[in-house]
Amino acid sequence: MKVFCALYRGLDDASGNNEKIALMREYFRSAPAHDAAWALYLLLDKKKSALSSGALRQRLIELTSMPEWLFEECRSHVGDTAETVALLLHMLPAAEADESLTSLSLHEWMEREIPSCPRDDAAAQREALGRFWRALDARDALVLNKVLTGAFRVGVSVGLVQRALAEALEVEGTRIQHALTGEWAPSAGLFDALRDARASLDVSKPYPFMLAHPLEADFAFEPGQWQVEYKWDGIRGQVVKRDGQVFLWSRGEELVSEAFPDLCEPLAKLPDGTVIDGEILAWDEEGKRPAPFAVLQTRLQRKKLTAAHLREAPAHVIAYDLIEWGGVDWRERPLTERVAQLEAIVREQALSALTVSERFEPKDREALEALRESARERGAEGVMLKDRASTYQPGRKRGLWWKHKREPMTVDAVLVFAQAGSGRRANLFTDYTFALWRGGELVTFAKAYSGLSDEELVELDKWIRKNTREKHGPVRVVEPAHVFELAFEGIAKSARHKSGLAVRFPRILRWRRDKPASEADTVERAEALLNL
Amino acid sequence: MSPLVAVEPEGLRCERGGFYIDPAGSVDVAVITHAHADHARIGSKRYVCSARSLEVLRARLGPDAVIEPREYEERFALGETTVSLHPAGHVLGSAQVRIEHDRAGVCVVSGDYKRDPDPTCDGFATVECDTFVTEATFALPVYRWRDPEAIVSELFDWWRSERAHPTLVFCYAFGKAQRILAHLASRTDEPVYIHGAMDKLTDAYRRSGVRLANTKTIPESSSPKDFAGSLVLCPPSAHRSPWMKRFKAPQTAFVSGWMAVRGQKTRRGYERGFVLSDHADWPSLVRTVEETKARTVLVTHGSSDALARYLREARSIDARPLGHLYEGDEGEG
Repeated sequence: MKVFCALYRGLDDASGNNEKIALMREYFRSAPAHDAAWALYLLLDKKKSALSSGALRQRLIELTSMPEWLFEECRSHVGDTAETVALLLHMLPAAEADESLTSLSLHEWMEREIPSCPRDDAAAQREALGRFWRALDARDALVLNKVLTGAFRVGVSVGLVQRALAEALEVEGTRIQHALTGEWAPSAGLFDALRDARASLDVSKPYPFMLAHPLEADFAFEPGQWQVEYKWDGIRGQVVKRDGQVFLWSRGEELVSEAFPDLCEPLAKLPDGTVIDGEILAWDEEGKRPAPFAVLQTRLQRKKLTAAHLREAPAHVIAYDLIEWGGVDWRERPLTERVAQLEAIVREQALSALTVSERFEPKDREALEALRESARERGAEGVMLKDRASTYQPGRKRGLWWKHKREPMTVDAVLVFAQAGSGRRANLFTDYTFALWRGGELVTFAKAYSGLSDEELVELDKWIRKNTREKHGPVRVVEPAHVFELAFEGIAKSARHKSGLAVRFPRILRWRRDKPASEADTVERAEALLNL
Repeated sequence: MSPLVAVEPEGLRCERGGFYIDPAGSVDVAVITHAHADHARIGSKRYVCSARSLEVLRARLGPDAVIEPREYEERFALGETTVSLHPAGHVLGSAQVRIEHDRAGVCVVSGDYKRDPDPTCDGFATVECDTFVTEATFALPVYRWRDPEAIVSELFDWWRSERAHPTLVFCYAFGKAQRILAHLASRTDEPVYIHGAMDKLTDAYRRSGVRLANTKTIPESSSPKDFAGSLVLCPPSAHRSPWMKRFKAPQTAFVSGWMAVRGQKTRRGYERGFVLSDHADWPSLVRTVEETKARTVLVTHGSSDALARYLREARSIDARPLGHLYEGDEGEG
């Protein structure tokens, strides 16, 4: 555990990717195989949280008897619960440290100690956490807390970890990528299996997704080169059919088959050894266009789906690509060949739950832009441009696939509340709540965190501190003075929000220093966007 | 009886004594707790400071300033009050100001202080009083310092592990830089490069008799290989400045109490953070307040609301924030 904590700190301090790769490579080479497999699992963020950060906070407050408000002050100053708790461990009343814990290896912590801390029994949690925390110093306790709460972010991307591992094991990167996609267990034998190129992969295994860059400003459109289709706003996923079973994977590499029985059953007709890349959507009741993303989300959140869900929001796959066919990896074939075969399969199997994405042939840039703007009425996010000759490559490869989203919707809203941010924005008021006018009143409309430059953040932070009207715990109510243009991807009615509206991906486009608060937009103006 | 000190636009004022403490504006009599730029400003007619502070304050205020040095614990009259200065342990010459008035009682203004050992200055002296005005720069329990010797050892080893490239250590030019140099004195004879902003103050420390590691100034013209494996001390304002371009692929660190929090380190863009502060951490603040036996505690700078509320609710001490002198300013750490 100590060695792993040192790796964490090394990565946290490292200044460049090469240094990070070198640190991980050395760790993977030298650590015992079982520990290294766990480290890999954690670095790839596969570990689900054992405890909520709320539970961590509560147990610390109980064990130290510190006032709750003081914890909150610290939390908002530090910007991270796991770290705040680690920094406050000196307030625990003195007690004997459990020596047996200090020298435990990472896999012993992961397989024996951490599972002994139950999710739902406060007293047992208190006992276990008290033991853990006393055995570690504050710096190692931070790593433990991060592991416990499943928020193990240390600034290394999946690609970086995979490169380091490929170098450490001296195995081809693509094989590592494929083997680590989907679900796998951090066992002692994992590294040996990864080294053995002939070992077969798990039947459910999806492929790493190919992704697109936003279209660049100087892009020159050559009609013959590009396959153009809508970019749908659902769950990007893969349909894997092998050994008589259907597996549905989301792009976040989560198995979501159980949420979509209405897809798994009809897709079982696909022949074994088929993997299709596509978009999972909730279809509206007439079956003509996708329902808003929120409808899909309610289906994902339900533990048990009722007949009503299946009827009101039937799921559908719009297929983009064919990755495996007849048990053979098709990724090296050109896009046109993959899509032609995809169409043939769908035709032959007469699948109702899956249709192939419609392709368009805009004759010039103007026609392309018109198609992009038509995306809104079709319920799509924009268009995709894919090089017809492109192979299917993991990650974002510049120049092969482009996404060209439609223009976002915007409103001008007034800053009304601010709260301290997290991580590098800790102790800066950077989490904002914005409001719109209704009659003579400001009604909260959306929260946004991103879009301002570092200089603007600091300037606004200073202004907020000087213009606070009221403090409600960590939330500051400020003078309604500043107007910001907010952009968002979608808007829907919502009973949960004061304005009656909920927006998707809100962010700040710019600070409207030219506008006084009185000239910000109204709720009615935002409502009008519902019909677009 | 109204309190002995109050916040006014020019700074903290003692009306009965006819003086200000660390005034922001120009006043007749300024009692200076220590020579940091935000505490010792030019423009007042007469300055009173500790004798240990004279060299550094002179370096800060220039040859024409009227400065009246006083020994620690020496009692002298100002207006209707009797005043004395007591070591605060913050930086060389730093002082707490004790003010006594026959009807208003005894008030101690801490200035900035710390309780950890520091080879460059006299250790903090507890002074009992009726009213204690305490700083609160790091007044949250997440701030608890480790042994300074251990931190300097880590810093030293980190420097020594890099022989091919320079090591740039960012720290405040007055106080922290000399504290690091004093700790290094027993560890190495190798000269340490110091940024031009540190020259005058480092000399003032030596003239005051503080033993520091050997230093050399950065030459006007240099080639990158001159600095391979060297340690360079420089102020935070030099970070990512054109000045920094003369160093090739340096490793960088910031030495400050703020480095206890990861988000601060990330935001400021240093590779390493060493947690070494010239201010009191949370346990020291609480302990100090209790040791003064003050009945009234006024809290200023930093997280004053939190410390005041904690003292009231958890320790039953009459404590409250003393205005917001520097809201929004993190101060030097």
